[in-house]
Amino acid sequence: MQHKLTTPVTREDLAPLKAGDTVLLSGVVYTARDAAHKRMMELLDGGEPLPFPVEGSALYYVGPTPERPGEVIGSAGPTTSGRMDAYSPRLLDLGQAIMIGKGARNQAVKDAVVRNGAVYLAALGGAGALMAASVQKLEVICWEDLGCEAVRRLEVEDMPLTVILDPHGGDLYQSGPAAYLASLEEK
Amino acid sequence: MRTISAAAITAAVARLCIRANTVLPEDVIDHMELARFWETWPLAEETLKLLQQNQLDAWKRNLPICQDTGMACVFVELGQEVHIDGGFEEAIHQGVRQGYTEGYLRKSIVADPLRRVNTEDNTPASITVRIVPGDRCAITVVPKGFGSENMSRLAMLKPADGVEGVKQFVVETVRLAGPNPCPPVVLGVGIGGSFDKVAALAKHALLRPLNEPNPDPFYENLEDELLKAVNALGIGPQGFGGKITCLNVAIETAPTHVAGLPVAVNVSCHVTRRATEVL
Repeated sequence: MQHKLTTPVTREDLAPLKAGDTVLLSGVVYTARDAAHKRMMELLDGGEPLPFPVEGSALYYVGPTPERPGEVIGSAGPTTSGRMDAYSPRLLDLGQAIMIGKGARNQAVKDAVVRNGAVYLAALGGAGALMAASVQKLEVICWEDLGCEAVRRLEVEDMPLTVILDPHGGDLYQSGPAAYLASLEEK
Repeated sequence: MRTISAAAITAAVARLCIRANTVLPEDVIDHMELARFWETWPLAEETLKLLQQNQLDAWKRNLPICQDTGMACVFVELGQEVHIDGGFEEAIHQGVRQGYTEGYLRKSIVADPLRRVNTEDNTPASITVRIVPGDRCAITVVPKGFGSENMSRLAMLKPADGVEGVKQFVVETVRLAGPNPCPPVVLGVGIGGSFDKVAALAKHALLRPLNEPNPDPFYENLEDELLKAVNALGIGPQGFGGKITCLNVAIETAPTHVAGLPVAVNVSCHVTRRATEVL
């Protein structure tokens, strides 16, 4: 099943999503990788606000290639999300609703997804040119010194994503391969 | 004795960095097409189609195929009758610097593994040189992304573990990697040599075109068996489930010690990039 979502999203918006569904996401998406996550934790530890409104927000784990003159963005596929596992539960508990990346998450993240009615969506790994096509606008909002890891505010339209972790405990990385293997046994 | 200028090497490396990151080798494109032909699971077929669409988008829009434009691994087969006019290694680093800057490629290298400050020009390259007969200089640039590199593994098996031990280790590596290395993956497997040599063998195996099996029928057969065993895991494209988890397995071997059986698996992804020029 395909869903159309626009950020910021509410718990109610995400409730119908099931692992294996596809999503076309529009609105504002912030980018952050390991280094930016680490700095966000330092801000929170110091009692400072995050550099973006966290409630209902979407974070995309991406470090794009530099944009050519006249282009909005370079190549922009997802990086491996597991490196953000140490940070994600805290952000989800603060209101972050959507994580976008690729690859497996740990149990703490899965628990935080269910606890907060959040979702983890996969962008197509290694498909940087295709993912870039949905980005309409880009602005570096902080930590420019981090280069490709700086936090960017993206405006996206119909970004094609797949639901991996849903608010009900579903996990496509478990259920997808299992369903495929079960289909072989039926034959 | 033939002279090749350092400037010619720099220019070639710069061109190769850009080309490798924008256009996949024909054999990789062909294997993705084959994968889509063989795939039977609907979501997996759809996913493979999108990955192929990405190859086309990259070419049309002059964008890198993947945003992780990698660590520049440069393999040089240097004819022993060649004289290089100028600094050889610096010429390669300069080519990487130029290619990654002019080609709008991502700079992903930090100068120190723990202090982690970006060098801002993707240098240094990782250079491997082999001296060969002749008066030519063949340069291959392999931009290696770390989503897959991080899933690579090495083990010092016991000789008694034998071929079964090797198989188990390879399959376990892919199982542990799951969706992380952007499957469908390509596997370079090194068997034999020493601790350092076996990793180099695995990396070197990734240079071999996907349609060229190991010339030794014993290892060609093992490559087929490993491919089947890995694809029986059901991980599928992007880990969403399906038949095609792996496009190809390439094995390289070397003589080893009576007491050892080193094995290494270098994991690459559906964006297995390489480009070669012969000077």
